[in-house]
Amino acid sequence: MKHILAAWMRDRPGVLNRVTGLLSRRNFNIDSLQVSASEEPGISRMTFEVSGDDRTLEQVRSQLIKLVDVTRVESFAQEAIVKRELALVRVAVGPDERRQVLDLIQVFEATVEDISRTDMLIQIVGREEKIDSLIGLLRDYHLLEMVRTGPVAIVRSAMANVESEPALEPAGDTWQGGGV
Amino acid sequence: MHFPPDHFRTTAPPRRITGSEMIWDACVTEGVSLLFGHPGGAILPAYDALAIYEAEGLLHHVLVRHEQCAAHMADGYARATGEVGVCVATSGPGATNLVTGIATAQMDSVPIVCITGQVPSPMLGTDAFQEADIVGVTQPVCKHNYLVTDVADLPMVMKEAFYIAREGRPGPVLVDVCKDVQIAEGEFRYDMEVKLPGFDPYPASWQDALADAADLINAAESPLIMAGHGIHLAGVSDVLLRIVEKAEIPVVTTLLGTGNITETHPLSLGMGGMHGEAYANEAVQACDVLIALGMRFDDRITGRLDRFAKQASVVHFELDKAEVGKNVQPDVAVVGDLAETLPALEPLIHPNTHAEWLASLTDRKLSSAGKDILTFELDELVPPFVMRQIWSETTNLRDPGDVLVATDVGQHQMWESQYFVHERAGQLLTSGGLGTMGYGLPAAMGAQMAWSDKLVWAIVGDGGFQMTMQELATIQQEKLPVKIAIINNGFLGMVRQWQQLFHDKRYVGTPVLSPDYVMLAAAYGIPACKVEEPGQVAEAVRAANTTDGPYLIDFQVKEEVNVYPMVAPGAAVDELIRRPHIVQDHGGVVPSF
Repeated sequence: MKHILAAWMRDRPGVLNRVTGLLSRRNFNIDSLQVSASEEPGISRMTFEVSGDDRTLEQVRSQLIKLVDVTRVESFAQEAIVKRELALVRVAVGPDERRQVLDLIQVFEATVEDISRTDMLIQIVGREEKIDSLIGLLRDYHLLEMVRTGPVAIVRSAMANVESEPALEPAGDTWQGGGV
Repeated sequence: MHFPPDHFRTTAPPRRITGSEMIWDACVTEGVSLLFGHPGGAILPAYDALAIYEAEGLLHHVLVRHEQCAAHMADGYARATGEVGVCVATSGPGATNLVTGIATAQMDSVPIVCITGQVPSPMLGTDAFQEADIVGVTQPVCKHNYLVTDVADLPMVMKEAFYIAREGRPGPVLVDVCKDVQIAEGEFRYDMEVKLPGFDPYPASWQDALADAADLINAAESPLIMAGHGIHLAGVSDVLLRIVEKAEIPVVTTLLGTGNITETHPLSLGMGGMHGEAYANEAVQACDVLIALGMRFDDRITGRLDRFAKQASVVHFELDKAEVGKNVQPDVAVVGDLAETLPALEPLIHPNTHAEWLASLTDRKLSSAGKDILTFELDELVPPFVMRQIWSETTNLRDPGDVLVATDVGQHQMWESQYFVHERAGQLLTSGGLGTMGYGLPAAMGAQMAWSDKLVWAIVGDGGFQMTMQELATIQQEKLPVKIAIINNGFLGMVRQWQQLFHDKRYVGTPVLSPDYVMLAAAYGIPACKVEEPGQVAEAVRAANTTDGPYLIDFQVKEEVNVYPMVAPGAAVDELIRRPHIVQDHGGVVPSF
C-alpha cells in the first residue's frame, strides 16, 4: 500500500542526503520524493510516497523523526489530501497531427508551453492517474522527451487532523483517472 | 599561562580565541579530561593549542597506534563512566580509521564525540591531500555529525555535539573541523541554550500506557523480564531489583544487559539468545507476559522472529520509539526514559509470588545446567574452565564490583558471558550490536583510564587480539595495569564453530597463526606467561592480578571446543543445539567436545 508522507526539516547542508540515506539503508521502498521550501523560512518540506504496510509506515515515521534535522513528520490518509504532480512532455508533432494533439490537451486541461514546426512542449498538472493517461495517449505520437515531478501533497483545509471523514471534493476537480 | 578560575564555567564571559582553543575549552567545560587520538596535518593547529591544556593538567591526550582504537577507548571510557568519551583524529585516513569504532558505539548506544580535522574549507571537494568526506562516510553510523566551515559556528556545534551524544538514547557524534576554522579567531561563549526542534531525547507521553503495562504484569501467572542495556544506561538496576523481588519475576538479560541484576540472584536466569542458557530461552518460550526493558529485540536474542515468545503478551519499555514494533510488535509500549518509567511502574506493581512458574524454571535449570555448563575440573585446558578460574581467582582477591571485563567478539565473548558471574550492570564491556573484533583491548584501556583503581581484564581471542595488539605500546606509554587473557585456540573460533556445524567442517580461512605472545609482550616490556595445563591457570591469574602493571596470559586452550548451547541462525530460540554428550569420568562428569 502506498502512503504519502511529509517531513519538515532544517535547511542544512546535506539534509536531503541524511533523509534519503536513512530511507535507503533502512530498506524502505520510496516511490517518489519532492523537496521544496515550506511556509517557514529555514525549513524545507519533503513529500514522499512509501510502499508498505502500516508497520512499515510507522517505522519510516519513527526513524525519520530521529534525525536531528527533521522537525516534524506527518503521514496523510489519501482521501484527506490534495495531491498534484507536474509533467513536461515534448512530442514530435507535425502540422498534420497538431489538431488532434491540441484536442487531447484541451480535454486534459494541459497547456502548450512551446510549439515549433516539428514538435510541441506540453505541460500537465494533476493527479498521477491523469498524467499517466495523457502520457499514454501521447505515446501514440512520437514522444521525444519527458520530465515529471513526483507528487506534492497538502491536507485539505477542512480535513486537517480529521482523517476519518470523507474528503470534500472542490468543484472542478472530479478527475477519476483512466482514459477519456 | 594560567586560566582564570571561572574560565571553564558555562557562564564565563565571551572571549576571543581560536577555533582550536574553542574545541578544548568546550571539552573542558563539558567535563572532559581525557582525549584518545592520533595527530596529523589537518588537526595540527588543534594539537598545537592542546599543549597548554595538557600543561595545566586539564586535558590528557592518549596517543593511540591506530585511530580505530581511539574510538574504542573513548567508547570503553564512556561505558565505564556513563560520561561522554572523546576521540581525535586527523582528516582522510585518520578519520576513516575511526569508522569501525563509531559504528560500534552507534549500535550499542555509547556516547562519544569524535573530533576530526578536515582540509581547509577553500579546498573542500578538490580531492586535496588527505581529504575524505567523513561527514558523508559516517552519516549512516552516527547519531549526528557536523562539518564546520565557519569558526562562528564552532561553539554551538561543540555544545550540540555533547548534548546530542549524551541525551536521550546515547550515541556517537562526529565534528569535522576544517583546518582554517581551527586557526581562525572568533568569539567563544558557552552559555547559549541548545535549541534543536528536531531532537526530542525524552518522549514524555508514556503515562497512559503505564497502567495498561502494570495491569498486564499484575495479572500474569508466568511473567518474565528481559532486561537490556537500557537498564544500565538509565541507571535503574536498583529499581529493577525491587520490582523483581516484589512481584517475584524472573529475569533474562541480553548480552549488554548482563549484570542488570546480580547473576547469583535466585531470580536471575542469566543471558538469553543465541548462546544463552537453555532454560533462559525456554522461559522466554513459556512465559505468559514478556516484559522487555530497555532492549531492541536484536536477532541474537530473538532467534527466528515468527516463533519468538508467540504465546506471550509483550510489554515493551523503551526510550527509542523507533525500536518499538521494529522487530517485535508489543501489546503495550511504554515509550520513555526508563529512569522515569520504571520508578513510576514500581508502585503500580502488586506484591506477588509465582511459585509454580518458578518451580518449573528450576526444573528446567537443573535439567539443562549440568549439560551445557561446566563447573568442574577437567584434564584438558578448555576455555570454559579458564573463564571460571579467571573469575573466581579475581573475585577471591578483589570485590567483584571492582572488576571490569572487556571482551572481543566470538567464542571467548560468549564464554565470558556464560561463565563469569556478573554482579552489576555495566561490568562487561563488549561489542554486542556490531560485533567488532579487536574491541576488547582498547575498550579495556579506556575503562582503565577512567578507573585507575579498578581491576580491568581484557578477555580476547587470538584472532581479535591480533587486530588491535599494536595498542600494547599505548598500554606501556600510559602505564595502564590492564590484564590481558588471550584465549588462544589457533582458530577464529566462532567462525570455525559455524563451519563445523553448518559447513561440513570446511575450515576455510579460520586457522590463525599467532606470534609467541610472551615474546611479543616482552618486546613491549610487559610481563607475560603461557598456560598449557589446567593446573597452571590459577597461578597465572594470581600472578596477573598481583602484578603492579599490565600482564598478559597466553592460554593455549584446546582447539576445537564449541560454545553451547547454540541457537542456529534462523532457528527459534528453543531449538537449541546442545552439547553433544557427556562422559562419566573419575573426576566427575566430563563433557566430551
